[in-house]
Amino acid sequence: MTAIGAKPCPTLARRPGTPVYLDYQATTPCDPRVVEAMLPWFTEKFGNPHSRNHAYGWEAEEAVEKAREQVAAIIGADAKEVIFTSGATESNNLALKGVAHFYKDKRNHIVTVVTEHKCVLDTCRHLEQEGFTVTYLPVKSDGLVDLAELEAAITDQTVIVSVMAVNNEIGVIQPIAEIGALCRKKGAFFHTDCAQAVGKIPLDVNAMNIDLMSISGHKIYGPKGVGALYVRRRPRVRLVPLITGGGQERGMRSGTLSTPLCVGIGEACALAQAEMASEAERLKSLRDRLLGGLKQRLPEIYVNGDLDHRVPGNLNISFAFVEGEGLMMGVKELAVSSGSACTSASLEPSYVLRALGLDAEMAHTSLRFGLGRFTTEEDITFAIDHIVEAVEHLRSMSPLWDMHLEGVDIKSIQWAEH
Amino acid sequence: MSRAVYLDYNAGAPVRPEVAAAMAEVLRMAGNPSSVHAWGRAARQKLEQARAQVAALVDADPAGVVFTSGGTEANALALAGCGRVHRLVSAVEHPSILDAGAAATLPVDRLGRVDLVALDTMLAGQAGATLVSVMLANNETGVIQPISEVSRVCRAHGALLHCDAAQAGGRIPVSIRHLNADFLTLSAHKLGGPAGVGALVLADADFVLAPILLGGGQERRRRAGTENLIGIVGFGTVAQSAGGDLSDTNTISALRGLRDRLEGRALARVPRAVLIAAEAERLPNTVCLALPGVAAQTQVMALDLAGVMVSAGAACSSGKVAESRVLAAMGLEPDLRGSAIRVSLGWDTRPEDIESFLDAWVDLARRKGFGISEAA
Amino acid sequence: MAYSDKVIDHYEHPRNVGALDKDDGAVGTGLVGAPACGDVMKLQIKVSAEGIIEDAKFKTFGCGSAIASSSLVTEWVKGKTLDEAAAIKNTDIAQELALPPVKIHCSVLAEDAIKAAIADYKKKSGKDEAAE
Repeated sequence: MTAIGAKPCPTLARRPGTPVYLDYQATTPCDPRVVEAMLPWFTEKFGNPHSRNHAYGWEAEEAVEKAREQVAAIIGADAKEVIFTSGATESNNLALKGVAHFYKDKRNHIVTVVTEHKCVLDTCRHLEQEGFTVTYLPVKSDGLVDLAELEAAITDQTVIVSVMAVNNEIGVIQPIAEIGALCRKKGAFFHTDCAQAVGKIPLDVNAMNIDLMSISGHKIYGPKGVGALYVRRRPRVRLVPLITGGGQERGMRSGTLSTPLCVGIGEACALAQAEMASEAERLKSLRDRLLGGLKQRLPEIYVNGDLDHRVPGNLNISFAFVEGEGLMMGVKELAVSSGSACTSASLEPSYVLRALGLDAEMAHTSLRFGLGRFTTEEDITFAIDHIVEAVEHLRSMSPLWDMHLEGVDIKSIQWAEH
Repeated sequence: MSRAVYLDYNAGAPVRPEVAAAMAEVLRMAGNPSSVHAWGRAARQKLEQARAQVAALVDADPAGVVFTSGGTEANALALAGCGRVHRLVSAVEHPSILDAGAAATLPVDRLGRVDLVALDTMLAGQAGATLVSVMLANNETGVIQPISEVSRVCRAHGALLHCDAAQAGGRIPVSIRHLNADFLTLSAHKLGGPAGVGALVLADADFVLAPILLGGGQERRRRAGTENLIGIVGFGTVAQSAGGDLSDTNTISALRGLRDRLEGRALARVPRAVLIAAEAERLPNTVCLALPGVAAQTQVMALDLAGVMVSAGAACSSGKVAESRVLAAMGLEPDLRGSAIRVSLGWDTRPEDIESFLDAWVDLARRKGFGISEAA
Repeated sequence: MAYSDKVIDHYEHPRNVGALDKDDGAVGTGLVGAPACGDVMKLQIKVSAEGIIEDAKFKTFGCGSAIASSSLVTEWVKGKTLDEAAAIKNTDIAQELALPPVKIHCSVLAEDAIKAAIADYKKKSGKDEAAE
């Protein structure tokens, strides 16, 4: 069973009072090997990579360029097509605003999907205020876009289509190659937010006809605060920068780069590329074990989103009749998310789950489990026991569970919405 | 191997050991500051501690500190987010301000100080709708602007004031309240913090800033994106260290002493050399020194060969060698403005670095035919 | 979000979880909230012949603050007269549990649950003034 063991990670070592980390879609710890690669750049090596006058500067520039190649390699791109940013949020903002603004006199329509990350949706809403037209495509109940609907939505006015490769909440994988082919045929640029996809599924910007791709450092065992944007050179994609002054990153993104952060994301990409296949297999077996264990012991639990077209490290489950936030408090020995980490301060149920057609009450009962490089079999065994205990405890306190047992249809009750 | 002599702190300082240690600790932390579980809360606690440290450095309300990917982004955020249509920026600003477009330019005098009369006249035209951007200290010359007076003029016309303090923050005492600026830009890597992190500090924490980066509600909805926790913790740590240095008269006078020694010896040994903006109030760490007629780039390369790292003008132009716009704006003659190098000192500069610089530089001047005074 | 110690205590050791016979004439049942909003509280009180609440039970679907608010009010109402119980204010609950602003609605719901349970009891026992 343990053919491929988890890598040891001092950060996540199980200690009393430290929860088991199952929130790899919110962020991943830096891989110790990434840490090793970055550390020298905090101390013995320093310098502004844009100062060409002296040796430190040259060395830093070399390291940044090596990192650029490592990032390019994992997506089949040329290093010249990769620019570094402060993270996937900036990459998404830059791709959408940058392209929309550059081509605004020619085309004014954008196509995206309702389950995109908030930063894509917020940027689209902002562009709408500026006068662009945006089509927000729905998803099917499995979380995937309907290609026929997408094709119908793209017009000769469509400048860019933005569809994420892997959803952050439910882990479903969109048909990126097919979408890329459609966009190419229709003459629209194709942007894909790959923050959750890089290192988890094979990606090739040429085979998939991707024109712009957003990449995040901290979702792939690299540091927070760094990301990348792939911008195709042939045929060339042009964009208006968000941040000017200095002219770094081929004029598309000014500002002094952080050498250690670039080194970190580069190393993270190299490791992910080398280990992707074996890691996917290992995570899939852990995930199957988690889901199997829960299903065996708990009735009335439902997986949200398609299970086959899904990254192996994600599970999103609704535990009927138990409220998600209360459940999170119950599973305090686990670090998990209810809804997306970015919006969990809000009381609204997840818009991604609502988009699947889930009732608000079911959306309220969901937890996201993110498995990753340092998750062990022991973690999963512990998680199953802990979740089962918490769910049973909360169901014993839940008036809705009682009604369910009594055969009362909760939907038949006139609830006084407050 | 002899010690490499790094005198280019205004481009970026070596990381201080305590900063590296603090970052290395966080590097091993998991957790997204937006997550509600224990890992997330631990990350959030680090984030807020750093925010308080940075706020303390400039006497600001922590709630007014918006972390960014650096000084350049902070400048872009102030310009784009302040909601003012017109911009008036000084002629010696950083390229991230000067090249952002759509701005009127405020002239400076021969010492690089903004013209307050011109500011008053220019603002009289478009009262209330203007953002004025004037840096606290110049990156090339170290000249300190009279921000409180600039502010007084701005207030009289209802203009907002942004002050780029990327070079000044942590090098001289800065109080956003005393400066009476609305926005202040700070950068970590000039002080011995990491590159790739900075902040826009708002005097009024409740000012409604229109964000450039949209998405998650981070930074009180003023800057989306998962926070660069390693960088931010490094920034907080360096802010605390720099703040400590500023309140330690020994440290400050030692740095000033090194700077004075460098300037004094340079001018004594090469009488034809020119110290730019010598009479102006300047940062205690920045020397802008010209060998008239010798291309700055030539000097930088010669010094580099001798193991001494300085720069010609700003380092931000991606390796492009261009004539200094700052010195041109000050009205310096072409032979002077093309021949000035910037020597900038910092927390790890030692007396022997100054001597190494002087040896190499005097040697260079001699080879270029400058008269050398061997006395004293 | 960090919960207060009192919220955690009530969540981990909820007082008076359970059910009373809703068909008993001495029992009043309040069911408030809605699954779609993420909180449902069921609060039951048993009232003695003297008009004193002698027992209280709850079941709650909701976050930790909602569970704690309902657990707390079962403790508070016991031994009180109906009028005294009806006088419990959501602000008292919020203050006792140190609820953050985003969780104030949990205390409002708990107050509503008390009122609903009292109203149900009065209705059943014919003491519903409004129905007179």
